Amino acid sequence: MDAGGPVTAFGDALVYLNDPFNWTRTGGILDLLVQHLRISALAVLLAAVLAIPIGVLLGRSGGGAGAIVVLSNVSRAVPTLALLTVLAVTPLGFSETGTVLALAAFAVPPMVTNTFVGFREVDRDVREAARAMGMSSRQMLTRVEFPLALPLVTTGVRTAAVQVVATATLAALVGGGTLGRIINLGFGQQDHGTMLAGAVLVAALALLTELLLVVLSAAVTPGPRRWPVRRVRTERAGEPEPTSSGVPL
Amino acid sequence: MASLGALSAASDPAAGVLAADEAPNPWFDPSYVTENWDSIVGYLGQHVRLTVGAVLLGALIALPLALIARRARLLAGPVLGLSSVVYTIPSLAMFGFLAPFTGSLSPVTVLIGLTLYTLVILVRAFLAGLQGVPADVREAARGMGYNRARLFLRVDLPLALPTFMAGLRIATVSTVALVTVGVITGNGGLGQLIVGGFNSNFYRAEIVTGAVGCVLLALAADVLLAGLERVLTPWTRAAR
Repeated sequence: MDAGGPVTAFGDALVYLNDPFNWTRTGGILDLLVQHLRISALAVLLAAVLAIPIGVLLGRSGGGAGAIVVLSNVSRAVPTLALLTVLAVTPLGFSETGTVLALAAFAVPPMVTNTFVGFREVDRDVREAARAMGMSSRQMLTRVEFPLALPLVTTGVRTAAVQVVATATLAALVGGGTLGRIINLGFGQQDHGTMLAGAVLVAALALLTELLLVVLSAAVTPGPRRWPVRRVRTERAGEPEPTSSGVPL
Repeated sequence: MASLGALSAASDPAAGVLAADEAPNPWFDPSYVTENWDSIVGYLGQHVRLTVGAVLLGALIALPLALIARRARLLAGPVLGLSSVVYTIPSLAMFGFLAPFTGSLSPVTVLIGLTLYTLVILVRAFLAGLQGVPADVREAARGMGYNRARLFLRVDLPLALPTFMAGLRIATVSTVALVTVGVITGNGGLGQLIVGGFNSNFYRAEIVTGAVGCVLLALAADVLLAGLERVLTPWTRAAR
């Protein structure tokens, strides 16, 4: 099915997506979707377990800002595809473990950065007041600092999760069984319909993840609802940007 | 003690046999780089061309968009909202969307996709830079009779330059990393080495050459742009 122009491609994509067999067969869309989501969820969980405590520790002590800037800049320079490929040829091989580890590695920087900024930006006076009220360090963490830092922590998790769902697609290039496989197959067969169908699925999944997490983070954040209508912040020099969405997908 | 000795004696010969069957597949192999120098340089050239093209095109489109968004505040929201939607679309899907229009084996597909991503970063950075110019400074310049073009060139541009350059650096570095995904169209620059090595029976030396090349290229581009920023903003150093 060679290039018949964009119009036929859209028709072919519709036909592909409209065929129940393409969804339900083994290795079909549903199978790939489940695998895609499982890999993504594991990667985000693993990264969160590592990154959030580090961000909290550094943010409370206020040190390590330079190291965090370096970390997020370096992670931007390393292609995700490179790490996915390198881990795939280690003894981990074609297992999901390699993919999960590679994706988690790229989810750590946005989480650390945002958690760090969230905890560091907690108002000094508020901290002082909490201590004057006789709160222990643990009480301060759970009742004062954590609620105040939560919007940025959730931003970090959301950024990382959307990025992981997006980059899990690339695992298909090195043998991983994610939704990217459909796009890869489309390119391999020069079949624009399949290509488009895969692209629609992957893009929809990424956008839905973003949407779901926006709603979810608004729901868990205490205080007046703050919808993250992304506004350009005038950032101060030398500080990591709070929403580090500048990470390659 | 005796049982320990017996154990190690029993396991030694087996280990020796296994190691002999293993074909060498080192991670680092200088001879790979020297023997394939010409093709590596070819891919590197493509990588550089795609990155420079995408960042330049992105900057050329982003600047007018940012200027419009600053003048018409109502437009700023939709422009930024749309751009964050674009940024959420995974690169592989982006190439899948573009391929029916621009050809699935064409570098144009990769160039347009990467330009869209740089556009997102650059519109934000340019708008942030322009909004960071103090209003009273612009007011004063206008009062001194600066026309619009001169106001932009002599007031806005110098004051917003650090933010502009920060955006350009982020855009360049992430584009260098993203070019590798272009491998799906056969135009992935050094990404061709990464996936090529994977497909050639997991040839580690080729994979590592591609990966390390990408990182080095990104660092070189970043250092170059940082140097450019220093040259373009001599007043920031004089002040210190």
